[in-house]
Amino acid sequence: MSESVALNEQYELHVNGEVRPVRDSWLGESLLYVLRERLGLLGSKGACEQGECGSCSVLVDDELVCSCLVLAASAVDQSIVTIEGVAPIGSPSDVQQAFVDAGAVQCGFCTPGLIMATHALLERTADPTEFEIREELSGNVCRCTGYGRIIEAVQRVAVSRRVSGQA
Amino acid sequence: MSSVTGERISTGRIGDSISRPDGTPKVQGSYAFSSDLSAENCLWGATLRSPHPSARIMSIDISGAYRIAGVEAVITAADIPGSPTYGLISSDQPVFASDVVRYVGEPIAAVAADHPETCRRALAAIVVVYEVLEPLVDPERAIDGSHPDIHPDGNVIRRQRIVCGDPDIVGDVVVEDNYEIGMQDQAFLGLEAAMALPDDDGGGVSLYVATQWLHEDQKQIAACLGVPLSKVRLTLGGVGGAFGAREDISLQVHTCLLALRTGRPVRIHYSREESFLGHVHRHPVRIWMRHHATSDGRLVKVEARMVFDGGAYASTSSAVLINGVTHAQGPYRCENAVVDGYAVRTNNLPCGAMRGFGVVQACFAHEGQMDKLAAACGIDPVEIRLLNAMVTGDKLITGQIIENVAPVARCIRETAALPLPDEPVGGHDHDPMRLPGGAGRTADSSHIVRGIGFAVAIKNLMYSETFDDYSTARCRLSDGVVTLKFATSEVGQGFITIAGQIARSVLGFDNVVIDSIDTDIGSAGSTSASRQTWMSGGAVNAACIKVRDLLFAAVAVSHDVDPSSLTVDGGDIVDAAGVFRISALEAASGLSFDETVEYHHTPTEDLDENGQGNCHTAFAFVAHRAVVDVDPELGLVKVIQIATAQDVGRALNPLSVLGQIEGGIAQGLGLAVMEEIIMANGHVRNPSFTDYLLPTFLDMPSVIASLIEEPDPIAPLGAKGVGEPPTISSTPAIVAAIRDAIGKPLNRVPVRPTDIIGLSAFPSI
Repeated sequence: MSESVALNEQYELHVNGEVRPVRDSWLGESLLYVLRERLGLLGSKGACEQGECGSCSVLVDDELVCSCLVLAASAVDQSIVTIEGVAPIGSPSDVQQAFVDAGAVQCGFCTPGLIMATHALLERTADPTEFEIREELSGNVCRCTGYGRIIEAVQRVAVSRRVSGQA
Repeated sequence: MSSVTGERISTGRIGDSISRPDGTPKVQGSYAFSSDLSAENCLWGATLRSPHPSARIMSIDISGAYRIAGVEAVITAADIPGSPTYGLISSDQPVFASDVVRYVGEPIAAVAADHPETCRRALAAIVVVYEVLEPLVDPERAIDGSHPDIHPDGNVIRRQRIVCGDPDIVGDVVVEDNYEIGMQDQAFLGLEAAMALPDDDGGGVSLYVATQWLHEDQKQIAACLGVPLSKVRLTLGGVGGAFGAREDISLQVHTCLLALRTGRPVRIHYSREESFLGHVHRHPVRIWMRHHATSDGRLVKVEARMVFDGGAYASTSSAVLINGVTHAQGPYRCENAVVDGYAVRTNNLPCGAMRGFGVVQACFAHEGQMDKLAAACGIDPVEIRLLNAMVTGDKLITGQIIENVAPVARCIRETAALPLPDEPVGGHDHDPMRLPGGAGRTADSSHIVRGIGFAVAIKNLMYSETFDDYSTARCRLSDGVVTLKFATSEVGQGFITIAGQIARSVLGFDNVVIDSIDTDIGSAGSTSASRQTWMSGGAVNAACIKVRDLLFAAVAVSHDVDPSSLTVDGGDIVDAAGVFRISALEAASGLSFDETVEYHHTPTEDLDENGQGNCHTAFAFVAHRAVVDVDPELGLVKVIQIATAQDVGRALNPLSVLGQIEGGIAQGLGLAVMEEIIMANGHVRNPSFTDYLLPTFLDMPSVIASLIEEPDPIAPLGAKGVGEPPTISSTPAIVAAIRDAIGKPLNRVPVRPTDIIGLSAFPSI
């Protein structure tokens, strides 16, 4: 009771290819909180705080995780990729561009998490069926679109990668 | 601060499926939502909430919170300089409860501190002593007077009757039933978030907030702060969805009070659990309906009794009720009606606006009735709807004449004509993952039954009952660049996209910039009631036309042509004879124009004691057909396909319209089979995304949509609002399909597995 919060933890994270020091933090901070509030990487979004919605999805050692469920200080030796590490501002990735073109974005709050999940999906399965897209992205909730245009966007990327020989 | 500010829309006229101007920042994670805003020296705020649905506050001791290092302020009702209450229609909701609490989650105090965890500990250190009271949770007890008033304004928020034609007439065929709709949450993903910056002199505040209606917030905040409107400036923070839940005040006043108290910027972010408690929801409703018809299926009379549980505070309950009772007939001709509706106060969570606003509830009941009537008359469900479909010029049960384009029969026919899914139960590949239950692999495909259901809806557009929900837009043209300014909340629906399309079509310039969305211009009204395409689209259109006419006048003088003969053709200005042509850019060189316009819809009337009056502004229509697979043994449902034809007037951006249709249907599907805030004696049992289920990629089927484009001459651009109709009749269509599959009545949504199996008795939870 009435105990003040100890803001005295110091550690380093490896984020988007850079070493990022974290200073004067509280040990209980989630990776999502540290990315957003201490490192200024605001693209990862918090929407459920329980790992149910996928809005905070990032890659930790190439694995798609909900950053709201990861203790930041536990990720010190791991490679973290956030939405900011996907493509430079102004030069969207093929997945990002397809989301814009296909009408897969409305409010956009779920979008960064879905972009991370889609890149991960297409790494695993270059040419997914519609059913595989639904199954693999089902950990990401969107409240605006009803998912139809998102599926369309993912399919467009798969087709264009196949045509251009990337897949 | 809003990231929609200053973004350039490059191409696209009315009717083009161009992509959103904020799309690239949103996919790259650089779009600034209200929860992404911060400022130098900014504090965190947090709110202490009641754990009881009904209790007397005996004492509040905040001293423990102040003993925690990092806590900068603790405020209660005693610290409110202005009005202690707020509210959209009546000011009945306390900023902080001081004497009694009336629902679980009611704010009692707020703190500002250096870290969210410090805030959490500070809240835990505030000691509130309650005398717990028996909550009023049964809406019928609010009506029958058997529970003492829980608020000085009484337990009945509003009662409205409608009596029309011959109330005593009896049809050849009579069907009746009870229906119940559970409490749905808007569940936008972008949680409530705001940041307030105090003025240097402490006399005012700037608030960056995700809201549906900046000017209404401004009015309520200024009243609570006890300052003039000019001392409260609002800017739209990026909005992560709304669906009605951002129409009321939630954290706005608390954030401003903390900023003014500390003299520092303060931001509040709700958690998901807090969000469930901290905004209004879709009203749970109980409806009794009795339909009378001729033996050949023509509607003779509709009787209904509707009870809307408004929860602890009024919010928009009285307007939701009016929508419910005035839409009781559905999109069907009916000359006689007796409808009685109540919106009541209980100690359940406060309810207010959610997409569909009272019509969702009415439609679930009237569509259940139409199917019963079809069965009783031995007529196909689609045929009985066609037989009764209303048309332009028909009189509603309120006495109002439908003046809009009303392609009800066309919506029904085109929906019915859309192809049914060709795959059998389990799909052509017999993948068990496609069965109800999915990855659970629980269903045996030989036991699965398929059903088809149909439903149709009418929805009012804009505000009703004399409310003048005008919209303001400013158009500036300078050096060939068009700058649009309005206070219209962009919540994800895409108004900024069509605003640019309208400006480009009217003026012929490609470069359109959307200025900051804030209170530096007049009100745009709320982003709700499917009204912004019509109202703010109408305002933008009118402002652009004014600028265009000034440009024409200037061209006429400089080129010696008749201004009345000029029109815009693509990027050129041409005369009617086709002789004169000049590019709009060249014509506007060196010229500047600046025009601001208010757009008002036609006035409406109040309803009289018999529910008669021209209370609504306009109407739109839609039909839905659902195909479902049901596992009757485990009570699982998989929706296979939704087909829809929607009356959109004119699709200003077909891709954007499709997004509204698919997204709205997903919310209708949620209400049909999974979404409900479960209340138990005033306590919320499932305030999380773990326990409140939302449709995922696996729950939402493919949608086949047909846009019915019959431009409405009453609408400024021929375009009707499209946001709400998809959410309305999708729910009853899905439930009708489940009934069709298993042959059970299923008069309550969401339909639960136990309802399908038959283990639970209506209407218990």
